[in-house]
Amino acid sequence: MVMANPKDLIVGGRIIKPGSSEQFNTGDWRSFVPIVDQDKCIDCMTCWIYCPDNSIVVRDNKMAGIKLTHCKGCGICSKVCPKKAITMKEE
Amino acid sequence: MAMDIAINGDNAVALAWKQIDPDVCAAYPITPQTIIVEKFAEYVANGEVSTEFVCVESEHSALTLCTASESAGARTFTATASQGLAYMWEMMPITAAMRTPLIMAVANRTVSGPININNDHGDAMSARDCGWLMLFSENVQQAYDNSIIAPRIAEHPDVQLPCMVNLDGFILTHAIERMTMVDTADVKKFVGEFRPVYPLLDIKHPVSHGNMDGPDFYYPHKCQSVTAMEKALEVCEEVFEDFRKITGREYHLLDEYRCDDAEFVAVILGSSFGTMKAAVDMLREQGIKAGCLMPRVYRPWPAAALAKALAGKKAVAVFDKHLSIGAYGPMFPEVVAACSDLDKLPKMFNVIYGLGGADATVAGFKKMMEDVASGAASKITYLGVKM
Repeated sequence: MVMANPKDLIVGGRIIKPGSSEQFNTGDWRSFVPIVDQDKCIDCMTCWIYCPDNSIVVRDNKMAGIKLTHCKGCGICSKVCPKKAITMKEE
Repeated sequence: MAMDIAINGDNAVALAWKQIDPDVCAAYPITPQTIIVEKFAEYVANGEVSTEFVCVESEHSALTLCTASESAGARTFTATASQGLAYMWEMMPITAAMRTPLIMAVANRTVSGPININNDHGDAMSARDCGWLMLFSENVQQAYDNSIIAPRIAEHPDVQLPCMVNLDGFILTHAIERMTMVDTADVKKFVGEFRPVYPLLDIKHPVSHGNMDGPDFYYPHKCQSVTAMEKALEVCEEVFEDFRKITGREYHLLDEYRCDDAEFVAVILGSSFGTMKAAVDMLREQGIKAGCLMPRVYRPWPAAALAKALAGKKAVAVFDKHLSIGAYGPMFPEVVAACSDLDKLPKMFNVIYGLGGADATVAGFKKMMEDVASGAASKITYLGVKM
C-alpha cells in the first residue's frame, strides 16, 4: 500500500473539486462482468435507467456498451434487459 | 473600559460568548454547565447577540449540529459536562478529524457511576484522545480569559481544531469570584472575524466535508492533525502574548509557581492549582523547597516545556483528578514520558485526589508534598482513602 503524504492532502479530508468521485475506480470490487450481445440489443435503454453506477455508455441514442470503471457487477442490467442481451460472466 | 465585576464561572463564560457574539450556538442543559447556555439563551432572547440559538434534543445532536454549522462557515459554540460529554463522544473525533474549530466549554464533572454530579476531570480526561485542543482554567478569571483566547487558537489556519475550555464544575462554575472584564470592543478586535477554510456555504467553490478514507489516507490525515497540534504550541504562545498586550494578564503553556529553585514540584490542573499554591507557600515557610505548575494547555501536551521546567528537580508529584483504573492517573505517564530524555529523571510520584468531589484541601496537599519530600510517599497515593 502506498501511503499518501500528509503534506499533499487538503486539511481534514475535504474534497475541493466537485465530481472527483468519477476518477475513483470502484470497478475493481467486481467479481461478475456484464457481457453485451449487440445483435440482441434493441436500444430500449432499460439498462441505462436501472444501472446504479451510470456505467451504460450511450452514443447517438444507441446503447454503445458498458464502461467498467464504476461497474460493480451487480447484474441489474442483465436482470432487467427485456431481450436477455446482457449476461453476467465470472471474472 | 476594563471593569471589575463579581461573577461565577458559568456566567463568566456566557459573558465572554456574548462579547464575541458567535454565529451559532446549540447546547443541551446539564449540571454544572446549565447556567452557561441558560444565560446565553437569555442574551439571545433579549437581542443582545445576533447568534442563532438552536434547541436540540441531546448532546449528541448538539455536537452534530455544531460540527455541521462550523463546517458551513459559522463560528459555533457549545457547552457540556460529564454524561453530556460522554454522549458527544461518538462525534468528538469526527469534529476534530473534519478540522472544525468550534469551541466547547466543559464544566468538569465526574462521569457516573456510581452516580455523582461533583467535580473531577473524568469527563475531559476520558475524551482527551479525540484530537481536540484542551485548555484548563484555575479560576473564574481564567475561565473567562480562556473563552476569549480559545477561538484565536482553534481558528488559526495552521491549527483548525476544535477546542475544549475546561473549568471545574461547581468550584468555578457556581462560585462567585472577582474578575476583570475585557472591554467588548477589545474582545471583538482580539477574536476578529471568523475566516473559515473551505466552508460548505461558499457556493462558488463547492466542497465536500466528512469524506471516507481508506487506510492510505486515514492514517496520513491523522498525521496532519499531529502537525496541527505541534503548530498549536507556537500559536498558543503567540495568542497568549497578544492577550497580555490588551489585558496585562500573562499566560503560558505552563503556569509555574515558585518552580525556579524548587526541589519538589507538584504538577496539577484546574482550580486545585490555587490550592496547591497555598500549600507550597506553607511548605516554603517550613524550609521545604516546593513549587507547583499547571499545564494550562493540556492538548497539545507541552512536553518540551515540562521537561525544561522539571529538569534537575529531586521529585515530581503528579496530581490527577481522574484515574485510569488498573493503571495510573491520566497525566502521570505523560509527565514521565515528557521527562524521559532528561539526564537524571526526578523521582516520580502519582497522587490521585478529589474523585467525585472528594476533598482537595491545602492541608491534604501540604502533607502529601511533605511525604514526597521525605521519600515516604508511595508510587501511587489515593489521597484521603485508606486502601
